[in-house]
Amino acid sequence: MKQFWGFIYKEFLHVFRDKKTLLLLFGLPIIQILLFGFALTNEIKNAKVAIIDNARDIGSKQIISKIEASQQFSITRFISPKQIELAFKTGKIKMAIVFPQDFYEDLMHEKSGKIQLIMDASDPNTATTLANVASGIIQSYTTTLQENNQLPININLDTRMLYNPSLQGSTNFVPGVMALVLLLICVLMTSVSIVREKENGTLELLLVSPFNAVMIILAKAIPYLIISLFNLVIILLLSVYVLDMEIKGNLILLFTESTLLIITALSLGLLISNIAATQQVAMVVSLMGMLLPTMLLTGFMFPIENMPLPLQLISNLVPSKWYYIIIKNIMIKGLGIEAVWRETLILFGMTLFLLALSIKNFKTRLA
Amino acid sequence: MNTLLVLLQKEFKQIFRNTLILRMIIAMPIVQLLVMPLAADYEIKNIEIAIVDEDQTALSRQLIHHISASGYFNLVSYGANYKKALQLIEKDKAVLALQIPSNFEKDLHKEDNGGLFLAINAINGMKANVGSAYLGQIIRSFNQELRLKTTVGYALPIMPLIEIIPVNWFNPLLNYRIFMVPGILVLLVTMIGSYMCALNIVKEKEIGTIEQINVSPIKKSHFILAKLIPFWIIGQFVFTIGLFGIARLVYGIVPEGNLLIIYGFLSIYLVAILGIGLLISTYSENQQQAMSLTFFFMMIFILMGGLFTPIESMPDWAQWVASLNPVSYFIEVMRMVISKGSQWQDLKSHFVVMTLFALFFNTWALLNYKKTS
Amino acid sequence: MNQKSVIQVKNLTKRFGTFTAVDNISFTVQKGEIFGFLGANGAGKTTAMRMLCGLSKPTEGSAIIAGFDIYQETEKIKRSIGYMSQKFSLYEDLSVNENIHFFGGIYGLSKKEIRERASLLIDKLGLKSASDKLVGSLPLGWKQKLAFSVAIFHNPKIVFLDEPTGGVDPITRRQFWDLIYEASDSGITVFVTTHYMDEATYCHRITMMVDGVIKALDTPSNLKEQYKAESIDEVFFELARNAKRKAD
Repeated sequence: MKQFWGFIYKEFLHVFRDKKTLLLLFGLPIIQILLFGFALTNEIKNAKVAIIDNARDIGSKQIISKIEASQQFSITRFISPKQIELAFKTGKIKMAIVFPQDFYEDLMHEKSGKIQLIMDASDPNTATTLANVASGIIQSYTTTLQENNQLPININLDTRMLYNPSLQGSTNFVPGVMALVLLLICVLMTSVSIVREKENGTLELLLVSPFNAVMIILAKAIPYLIISLFNLVIILLLSVYVLDMEIKGNLILLFTESTLLIITALSLGLLISNIAATQQVAMVVSLMGMLLPTMLLTGFMFPIENMPLPLQLISNLVPSKWYYIIIKNIMIKGLGIEAVWRETLILFGMTLFLLALSIKNFKTRLA
Repeated sequence: MNTLLVLLQKEFKQIFRNTLILRMIIAMPIVQLLVMPLAADYEIKNIEIAIVDEDQTALSRQLIHHISASGYFNLVSYGANYKKALQLIEKDKAVLALQIPSNFEKDLHKEDNGGLFLAINAINGMKANVGSAYLGQIIRSFNQELRLKTTVGYALPIMPLIEIIPVNWFNPLLNYRIFMVPGILVLLVTMIGSYMCALNIVKEKEIGTIEQINVSPIKKSHFILAKLIPFWIIGQFVFTIGLFGIARLVYGIVPEGNLLIIYGFLSIYLVAILGIGLLISTYSENQQQAMSLTFFFMMIFILMGGLFTPIESMPDWAQWVASLNPVSYFIEVMRMVISKGSQWQDLKSHFVVMTLFALFFNTWALLNYKKTS
Repeated sequence: MNQKSVIQVKNLTKRFGTFTAVDNISFTVQKGEIFGFLGANGAGKTTAMRMLCGLSKPTEGSAIIAGFDIYQETEKIKRSIGYMSQKFSLYEDLSVNENIHFFGGIYGLSKKEIRERASLLIDKLGLKSASDKLVGSLPLGWKQKLAFSVAIFHNPKIVFLDEPTGGVDPITRRQFWDLIYEASDSGITVFVTTHYMDEATYCHRITMMVDGVIKALDTPSNLKEQYKAESIDEVFFELARNAKRKAD
């Protein structure tokens, strides 16, 4: 047992001697939380808009000043129709609002006016959102026009936002970042550190020592388990104190489920290390192979239910997807194990499968 | 010149001998490019809604019909039990729960006011926003129709209406793949370039062969060039497969603009990215360090690249950071050339910036690469 | 001294921060000589050698290698020397032939020269049947003999060997030294570091380094006489007894 702790100590030394690895282990989670918290958002802010005002009447002026007053748009300039294509092609504007001649007169006398929104649909997501926001502002102008007239029959909608009343993006992504960071870093670090010993020939040294294979695997895994849990604490502290998020559920349950994901990741890393002969192979598989799929299929960047069916099925194989569901329920909704036992069981099954497979592989290689 | 050829020969032999890595760095991007764009869809449709109809009148049923016929919503439950609807939200089975209270119709006719209650699962803020906006629109238009029907004959002040005509330039069908496929291709080429370059050089450090090179009269510029050129070619190769094999054949994306501009930019971009790999290798003692550093910076580059969230939405400091990110420039150039057909004169500044990046990273790396300690 | 000295070192010093790895060493090596550099691990042997090869810049002192100044003319020095480090440094994923062609090529030998010398070399080493095998698949002894041959392939004036025989069996070590003698006979100066004391006796002259300082420099027999010792081992023990730096 004493040797076992010595072994773990040695692994810790490897990790802590190396400043660059530390940067990855602890710097990346912090940077990611901060980026997602403060920089990455789909909300529209100061989108550059050009105005082509062929009307130049009170109607167009009022709408323009309404658009200007909103934080979402910044009007770069008034241009002529000829310049508009160039402005789009050079990326200077995202949208152009075109007022026809006699806009206000038509609106008042014919009771109908037309406004054209020209969108840069080369980024369709932004284009759709921009069009929605702009339409909202323009429609609200019509409401001000008829403020004085009391209308009969009004349906009022009383809306209540659950779980995240201020509609912060962070509630959605913090669990996602946790899933991403725990999974990727653990897989990467275990697979590379084992293959590294393989390449250096030190693994053979360990294998001829009186330890059995399981002990060696454990000694490799425990330091990363501890580091990952520590990372989790950092992420949670940042979320609470920097992003003003509230953790509603049971912390013990949260950490237990996280430990489960970490073990899944460690098993996966072990499996990769069995297959890979060199560090390069291990890195290519666990990084280039896993980065984008994990980012996209966990469900925190793009809703899984929008994806085509085959992809939805594939996403079931991504452990972080299940973890993400579990953590959202615990952390944000404050639910207990009764709400997430199914997902927990799936994750547990995955872990057992991966662990059995990699230990079997590890042993046969010894034989 | 001669020694450069000798060095290049050696690099190519080593790369082509390691068929596993070679196959992986070519196959992996292709598979991911085939699959991943399908996942990256922000468009929100089929929002799950649970409706609690406590009114059970003709009017309430009309409203429900309006909602389900709109095409935006997927009615997952219809009943009179509000608690049950809330449970559906809790289980993520529904995003919205609309409650139509009893006496809705009665109140509307008697008091000219009828209230509806909407509960929204707002964990995903965007979905919540879009869902409530769609529902608001439907209810407003339902309201308007109702008003017109019930007040026929009265002299009502007619409401002026503004018709908004959206025109989607460059991508009229709002096909998000035209945006995502080239973007993901950029990310993949970036990862391959930076990783493979950094790892390759550090591997020579780790096994000690670099000492043998350092005591020889090889110029360091030759040594570095011999490391960059093969990965530059592989980057071009993977990009070409992605652009023609996947983007064009599978997704039917045909660049509007000039291919020469794309390849011209790619050529400079690869030099810059390989320069980053090179720079990282000069700061790393072993492959694990190189990998850690590359992963750290790549993650930031990718997230700040403007592909998943627009750069314009970032706060000023973050936009400033993004302007130092080579990835964001290439994604923008791809978007501009492929879907907008932007020309050389529209992209001059991008070329200048990328050339500066390439010079900057490579000069720094060259200065930091020491044959002596 | 005279025109025949190919290495002249004067008061050479290397400090890393406050730690003085090599402390004010001076010596001269003649053409064709086999010059041994002995010392415990950490005594400063490798640091001294790395300075002479141009891999590391000295803090103080001067040295002329093959007629070139160690500060100003490192690139010229590199053309005139060969080097073999304690880490095996051929490319394991290239074949024997490819390694020879590569290293010949980077020293600017013509294709014809490389081909001629390569076939001679492969014959000499008895590697004919293995010339297309990857170097990684060869036994360690062969790898080391090959690495040495590659290090002198371009006919350098001096070859630096940093603990070249670590980990090989005594017979291979003996064969390795045969190669060294052959090189020395053909006029190549051999500068070798080692901590095998039996190897020290193979050298023409040896230097004993303790704590970064040269404690003794003479022929093996003179040293034994001077310290009234039976073997070089005893001489070394006598000198290193008071060493402060721990071997690591």
